[in-house]
Amino acid sequence: MTHTDIKSLIEAEFGASSVVDTIESATPKGLVVSVEKLQDVCLFLRDNEQTYFDSLSCLTAIDNGVEANTIEVNYNLYSIPYSVQLLLRVIVARNEEGAELPVIPTVSDVWKTAEWHEREAFDLVGITFEGHPDLRRILLPTDWNGHPLRKDYSTQEYYHGMKVDY
Amino acid sequence: MSTVQYTYDPKHLEASEPTKYKAADLTEEQMLINIGPQHPSTHGVLRFEVITDGEVVVDVVPHLGYLHRCFEKHAESMPFNQVIPYVDRLDYVGAMNNEHAYVMGVERMLGIENDIPKRTEYIRVLVAELNRMASHFVAIGTYGLDIGAVTPFLWMMRDREHILRMLEWVSGARMLYNYMWVGGLFYDLPVGFEERCKEFVTYLKPKLVETRDLLLNNKIYVERTANVGVLSRDLAINYGVTGPMLRASGLRFDLRRIDGYSVYPELDFEIPVGEGTVGTVGDCWDRTWVRYRECEESVKIIEQCLETLTKAHKRTRDYDPRAMVPKKIRPQAQDFYVRAENPKGELGFYFRTDGRNDVPVRCKARSCCFSNLSVIPEISRGVLIADFIAIVGSVDFVLGEVDR
Repeated sequence: MTHTDIKSLIEAEFGASSVVDTIESATPKGLVVSVEKLQDVCLFLRDNEQTYFDSLSCLTAIDNGVEANTIEVNYNLYSIPYSVQLLLRVIVARNEEGAELPVIPTVSDVWKTAEWHEREAFDLVGITFEGHPDLRRILLPTDWNGHPLRKDYSTQEYYHGMKVDY
Repeated sequence: MSTVQYTYDPKHLEASEPTKYKAADLTEEQMLINIGPQHPSTHGVLRFEVITDGEVVVDVVPHLGYLHRCFEKHAESMPFNQVIPYVDRLDYVGAMNNEHAYVMGVERMLGIENDIPKRTEYIRVLVAELNRMASHFVAIGTYGLDIGAVTPFLWMMRDREHILRMLEWVSGARMLYNYMWVGGLFYDLPVGFEERCKEFVTYLKPKLVETRDLLLNNKIYVERTANVGVLSRDLAINYGVTGPMLRASGLRFDLRRIDGYSVYPELDFEIPVGEGTVGTVGDCWDRTWVRYRECEESVKIIEQCLETLTKAHKRTRDYDPRAMVPKKIRPQAQDFYVRAENPKGELGFYFRTDGRNDVPVRCKARSCCFSNLSVIPEISRGVLIADFIAIVGSVDFVLGEVDR
């Protein structure tokens, strides 16, 4: 089953607006889905007997920088029964410095793998996952400032009285 | 002239990683115990916040990040070939396997993966399987140590030492090799390596049987691990658990077979799964048993590689392991996800490149230990503290990879 087949499958279920675009320049190829429909699409892809995407291999959050002003999250799905890989992507607007973080619905109730990966994305890239059961920092200390994988990140000067940049 | 480097402030002593449970959340019988970050059974700097009721574990909250070295941030600031030493330091007891996954990904992005000489690929598989055994030796040995068996640890470390010395001979370093390069290898195998490796295989086979009899079939060991920490197959898939842990839960899933990368399709080996021989499928005993069986399969792969490396693709004067190493690594603009079977599970790299630069825009490491570790709270609620230690040991994580 190719990504275009899956596209028509999703569109038949959730309407044409659920899939925004296809991604051809990626391996595995993928689909850009709308943020509102993300949870439904994920649950549908997991339980549909034509796809059975039962595992989430990887979740990657990417900051596209100040110029593009978007942040995206990439979900690498894998279907063990059919041995098919698929990339799902959602794109949201980037927040201004100091403003509320961008919000994406959580998929941690579809795949538990996402629970810790979303915490990591929150920690390093700065995305709030709506409905996440326990959204705390995971790799950095709780009282750290900022999200290091943002393209415009600069480190704080002092942490607990210790100079950060040396 | 002296500058003041640090001024005391009482706020600096506040814990930077507070516990999730506060005193008000606990009932009168419950107690909060921190296991780690400096505890031998956590196999590194990992802290478990354990809520106990008497000797029973009520809940577990892992706190990670004590070994966070900003791998992804570093990878965004240097060319692809310079990241390989950092990749070594992810899972530092299986460094060759990490390198194999990484260079495979970059080669596929460049489109040169079919131009790599067969001898190079066979050497890669040979050293990766040696390293896989070394990693499993650490896992089995320290697991015995965790639950009170000291001798197997010493024996496994003795055999691992042979592997480390051979890999040192190959690459110049004992643990962090930087041996596989994008497009080739650092050097050909040293002269005489194949013969020495054959000797080692002959030496190792009876030692593996000894280990099985000493540890895995030992009555005390079986009593401690059978039926403990049972992980069902569905739960394992949902949590993204991979590697020996997933196979111990009864799913014959090995990326060496499923994806068939490198020269693995040409090699003959089995994929062991947990069968619940002494307890339930997916218990602690099964996990260690699968690792032990994988060592036997690795021996088979190594023998076949040595056979090929001394006959069909033997050492020749004109073989240059660096012939295909590109001068400039600049893949086209694309997103690429590559995955490979590491000793501990599926190691993946997600690359984003823009085609204008030698450094990736984003390089995310999908760590197998990270996902394997996340299942611990689920399978350890309601067990005894002693069993909790047995469960943690059986997961076999390396904090270098969890925290990256």
